[in-house]
Amino acid sequence: MSTGTGTGPLPIRETVAPATTTPRRTRTTRTTPYLHYVAGKLAGALVSLLAVLITGFFLFRLIPGDPVRTMTGGRPVSAEQLAAYRREFGLDLPLWQQFTDYCGKALTGDLGTSYQFRTPVLDKITEALPNTLLLTGTAFVLYTALGLTLGTRSAWRHGRLGDRLHTGLALTLYSVPSFWLGLLLVIVFSVGAGPVPGLFPTGGMEDAGTEGFAHVVDVAHHLVLPVLTLVAVEYGQTLLVTRSALLDEMGSDYLTTARAKGLRDDAVRRRHAVPNALLPTVTLIFVNLGRTVAGVILVETVFSWPGLGGLFYQALSVPDLPLVQGLFLFFASAVIVMNTLADLVYPLLDPRVGR
Amino acid sequence: MTTEATPPAAAPGPGPRALARQRRRRAAAHFWRQYRTHRAGLVGLAVLALFALVALTAPLTVGSDVASVTDAPGRPLQGPSGAFPLGADRYGRNLLGLLVWGSRVSLLVGLLAAVLSVAIGALVGITAGHFRGPWATLLMRVTDWFLVMPTLVLAIALATVMSRSLGTVVLAIGVTSWPTTARLVRAQTLAVESRPYIERAKALGGGHWHVMTRHVLPNVMPLVLAQATLMVSLSILSEATLAFLGLGDPSVVSWGGLLQDAREAGAVSSGDWWYLVPPGLAIAVVALAFTLCGRAVESVLNPRLGVTR
Repeated sequence: MSTGTGTGPLPIRETVAPATTTPRRTRTTRTTPYLHYVAGKLAGALVSLLAVLITGFFLFRLIPGDPVRTMTGGRPVSAEQLAAYRREFGLDLPLWQQFTDYCGKALTGDLGTSYQFRTPVLDKITEALPNTLLLTGTAFVLYTALGLTLGTRSAWRHGRLGDRLHTGLALTLYSVPSFWLGLLLVIVFSVGAGPVPGLFPTGGMEDAGTEGFAHVVDVAHHLVLPVLTLVAVEYGQTLLVTRSALLDEMGSDYLTTARAKGLRDDAVRRRHAVPNALLPTVTLIFVNLGRTVAGVILVETVFSWPGLGGLFYQALSVPDLPLVQGLFLFFASAVIVMNTLADLVYPLLDPRVGR
Repeated sequence: MTTEATPPAAAPGPGPRALARQRRRRAAAHFWRQYRTHRAGLVGLAVLALFALVALTAPLTVGSDVASVTDAPGRPLQGPSGAFPLGADRYGRNLLGLLVWGSRVSLLVGLLAAVLSVAIGALVGITAGHFRGPWATLLMRVTDWFLVMPTLVLAIALATVMSRSLGTVVLAIGVTSWPTTARLVRAQTLAVESRPYIERAKALGGGHWHVMTRHVLPNVMPLVLAQATLMVSLSILSEATLAFLGLGDPSVVSWGGLLQDAREAGAVSSGDWWYLVPPGLAIAVVALAFTLCGRAVESVLNPRLGVTR
């Protein structure tokens, strides 16, 4: 719901350039400015990743309470067992040594051993990753396309009935808890409600014993409801961001000029207004990826999708601290990497950035 | 405050405080006149008033007995009927009563978390906007980092390692959701600080504290209020999410907790829609109402946003 590019509301006339999340311009130098821009972004990303690493450590160490106690969840455990767990997770070492061990291991991809599955955390993650990528990728493409298209239309005809309907629907779906929507879809389309028969499977990713093309169809069949839920709760954000970015552009002089030249309305929109509104939109789409991660966790939980989100739920209900920590590191790093990639692509989309 | 509204020294009449009060009353009336033109905002306000009334009168209408598991009046998972308009939950408790009782926790946690989040955001934003230099830059870097972070994952991690209580939930939501507010407040602080009267206040010997609390804060306040309204809806959703994931306080009834109960009781596979629909609907309606109010406030303060009425 951030108004992102908006200057400060208030009866104040002078406005300083608003601090938006758009990439900062780096200093212009003689040689290849793009490389400097890239170097700056990569350095920033590195610092962010380091911050994630440190947060991951302290979040699970310095919080009041004993991690081993949390993990055993109040079950009667003997003192020897507790000591053994402490040794296993290295909790008997001094803090600085724990930290260096942890960093060294994390950097070599060793995220510890899952308390619950007794397998390396990294193995669990790599196992679940493709499934999550399939679900999230499909949903991401769909909700971004839907949000951009509807947002553009809404802004272009703002105040009309269509705009009000679309904005209203987007706001409503934005307020709906994603897991609840998922549960309702399961009841209506999987269990079957009234005249609607059970059309789609209630959960999971595949039925046993299908191969080749039949397998692809089967997975697609399982994919419908989770993707539908994710798209429904996420497209509203993109729609509203696109709409307000385009509304910001619409008062601009260059659009009046373009119209005065006699360009058709459609051309003014597609060739002039939308490209300029796209940059803040794309920035916010990527900044909001963190929100999408939340949606994915819930949707995978509801639909028992064998991905990272479902794994996270399994981990936190035990609680399996090494796995929670590993997934925290993974989700946070993934979002940072995606944002950095987006930053690196901006200059190609918009020549004003990165000079 | 006082420096802004000092009347001519010789003029008899209302003192500076009375003048400031008058000005504020006028501003409030002006605000309300504009707010009234936003139909969606009015609807949101009415819905919120209704829910607030229900939550506040819940001890009189249903009482805390409704949440007791031991002597529940109905059969477990009983469908809607005359005595149980929304059916009974898996312990045989009256679902309508639980829904009313749960509104207290959901609204309270939503409000507290939003206040905490907006307070942190305002503090960081004003500090980063007032003090320039490397520390302010560092502060904004931290804000950006939090902005990109998957906040729910962070909140879940926090709630997992800490004890199960409402305080934990409020803290987990509050400390992860402030960056948007910090960014907005900082931009506004920069705008305010570039105005001449700040220079005047500084020239007259006003310190950092004076400038920040007496000049910047009152000017940032409307924005903070709008942001707080929007944050409540996000906080209510987050609270429901945490409760649904089993990270809430198990001893209290909340809407998210009811949904978790429903799922665990197998309401999904047996098609007991009456168990699932009301709590989720309540969450959605309240969240939407807060969003509508927040957007209306925002667009009164900044008409350029072009929010539909």
